[in-house]
Amino acid sequence: MTKTQKSKDNLIQNPKSKIQNRKVVILSGNNAVANALRQVDPHVYPGYPITPSTKIMETVAEFIANGKMQCEMVAVESEHSAMSAAVGAAAGGARVASATAANGLAFMWEVLYIASGSHLPIVLAIGNRALSAPINGFADHGESMGSRDAGWIQFYSESVQEAYDNIIQAFRIGEDSRVRLPVMVCLDGFLLTHTSENITMQGDDEVTDFVGPYHAEFSLLDPDKPVSHGLSDPPSYYMEHKMRQQAGMEKAREVIEEVGAEYGKRFGRPYGLVDPYCMDDAETAIIILGSEAGRVKGVVDKMREAGKKVGALRLRTVRPFPDEQIVRQLLGLKAVAIMDRSYAPGAVGAPMFQEVRSALYDYRDSAPPIVNRIYGLGGRELRNADVRNIFAELDALADGDATVPVIQMVGLRGEPAPTWEEMRPLETPIAVAAKRGK
Amino acid sequence: MPNEQLTFASKQAEPLAGGHSLCAGCAASIIVRQVIMATEDPVVVANATGCLEVCTGIYPTTSWNVSWIHNAFANAGATLSGVESAYRALRKRGEIPEREIKFVAFGGDGGTYDIGLQSLSGAMERGHDMVYVCYDNGAYMNTGVQRSSATPLGAHTTTSPAGTLMTIGKSEIRKDMTAIAEAHGIPYIAQSSPGYYMDLMYKAKRAFQTKGAAFLNVMSPCPLGWSTEPADTLVLARLAVDTCVWPLFEIAEGEFSLTYLPLEKKPVIEWLQPQGRFRHIFKNNDEGLIDRIQADVDRDWQKLLDRAGDAIPDIAGPVRF
Repeated sequence: MTKTQKSKDNLIQNPKSKIQNRKVVILSGNNAVANALRQVDPHVYPGYPITPSTKIMETVAEFIANGKMQCEMVAVESEHSAMSAAVGAAAGGARVASATAANGLAFMWEVLYIASGSHLPIVLAIGNRALSAPINGFADHGESMGSRDAGWIQFYSESVQEAYDNIIQAFRIGEDSRVRLPVMVCLDGFLLTHTSENITMQGDDEVTDFVGPYHAEFSLLDPDKPVSHGLSDPPSYYMEHKMRQQAGMEKAREVIEEVGAEYGKRFGRPYGLVDPYCMDDAETAIIILGSEAGRVKGVVDKMREAGKKVGALRLRTVRPFPDEQIVRQLLGLKAVAIMDRSYAPGAVGAPMFQEVRSALYDYRDSAPPIVNRIYGLGGRELRNADVRNIFAELDALADGDATVPVIQMVGLRGEPAPTWEEMRPLETPIAVAAKRGK
Repeated sequence: MPNEQLTFASKQAEPLAGGHSLCAGCAASIIVRQVIMATEDPVVVANATGCLEVCTGIYPTTSWNVSWIHNAFANAGATLSGVESAYRALRKRGEIPEREIKFVAFGGDGGTYDIGLQSLSGAMERGHDMVYVCYDNGAYMNTGVQRSSATPLGAHTTTSPAGTLMTIGKSEIRKDMTAIAEAHGIPYIAQSSPGYYMDLMYKAKRAFQTKGAAFLNVMSPCPLGWSTEPADTLVLARLAVDTCVWPLFEIAEGEFSLTYLPLEKKPVIEWLQPQGRFRHIFKNNDEGLIDRIQADVDRDWQKLLDRAGDAIPDIAGPVRF
């Protein structure tokens, strides 16, 4: 037996040992999230299973059954009740976590707003999956994008490692007294939830120490100080309470960066609001979020080898929306594509396109032309060739090609693939600029 | 002989302060006070959206002297199960003092029989140590008297109006929520009325003492929705019982007991006549509908008598505290 094997065996034989060193393990996204939750050990986990995040709940249940977590699981009868019980438990002063996806998140909708409006720092993992109909079990950001205005902080993870790291940081960020908001940690269904990856798992003690104990400000469970949670607001107070939420969201910007920097200092993996890749001298770039950022970065590497000045900008948070960071990265570029894994029927482009374009408005004289490429809905595969094509379109756009469409779905079936323009002839960025006299 | 319950209640702290905006004659606040005053332990209240919630907690004021949470309409059961789980979790880790706390939810019939049924069913099935009290006023009163599945046959509501073509008001019988609760196999289920406060407080006390989920279905007269005089609220709360429209009973650990036997079973017409929501029945001289309501009541009452068997109390009147 080698030395390494021996120490590994000791670790396995000694699962109750509080001090466990960090180690590299092979974990799926769901398993990594469950392990992060085991290490944080929230007081209450109200849950309802749904593909593709079911394994998170199953693994937490297993940890509890085997004495590895003290957490109370409340196996409710629906996602609506899961989020309702989460609100009740958090109002009772408990640290609360859960997981869901797609229709499950949609069923929680009403209570999502109550959790954030009540400043309850619940942590919710989302195994991103397409909304019905047609029913579809695969990766799509539609459900979490639809809830982006529910008052929750939203992280989109690129990798299993990041999903693990985001869960741990989410508690610190949401519970920070400057923030006090619930946090969603999104990881792409199957692409991350069911894909195994080598990740560095920190020691239990390191995580406990990083997250620290939780003290709720106003608990229902102190009979000497009774509190009323969830009062109704007359019109004369409602807007002020919304401003309080907004203040928490605004403060979250610096708290996310602080916590991400501290995480990096302690564990060697720092995080910010955005993740720029080869952006310093880039001429064209793709903005993307979630797991396919890895593919785009890979294509960037290959194209860089061929001397192309391309870059990628991954958004780690959607709420708060990192507008300043995005603008800083985009100004001076020649053309930019925003890749959305969701869409908004009847809107002008998908959610991230709308918001990036809006952020650029104040800089419109120096902003690059931007296009929207919608990909991967319902788990549709994105190919490297699709990414290369988008970069080629950006080159054309940079050269003044007025035929490059603003909004397009990528990878549609059919010969020739139906175009967005057939449905609604849109003006191209170049045509718009020409109209403005540029 | 001093009335023990009154003596006990008089020494209890007031859980619900006056000055709330419930209608004059609303039974909900009476029920809340009678229920909470039946325990000496501190309580945490969860409240489904509805009259009680909207009239007792308007920011920046609250009528609640005990801890209280309102989440939404459909989820009082799940919300309270979350609070109760937090209590167990925090106590287990020694993060809150070892102190007995009771958990009670109040929901109207809308929040209990209809939109909140799934959430309540889940909470009962999971056996949380909590008491769920339905104050059943037989319609969505908070939003202006719309039918619910608790609305009795023949009642006029704004969504089951008695018209010239459809003359009878609500044409369906009410759902038997107490039976649904019993079907969960929970340790304590009871039906009560604030008109017999000794009965209600006795049952609330038993419900609080029960380990696990307890369900109380309490008739709550509503002057607004029933078109009755505010001063008649408790008269109606007693009439419902004495006509056997709302029998008082309990099922403790599966054992059924009638807790009240009317001295004289009054005809339902005495219950229907004072209520404006049944006015059309008399205007239309719809004797067939009255007979049908009477027949339903007689049949259900006989079922309860049969079920009680030898356990029918030989002294008429409510069980003592």
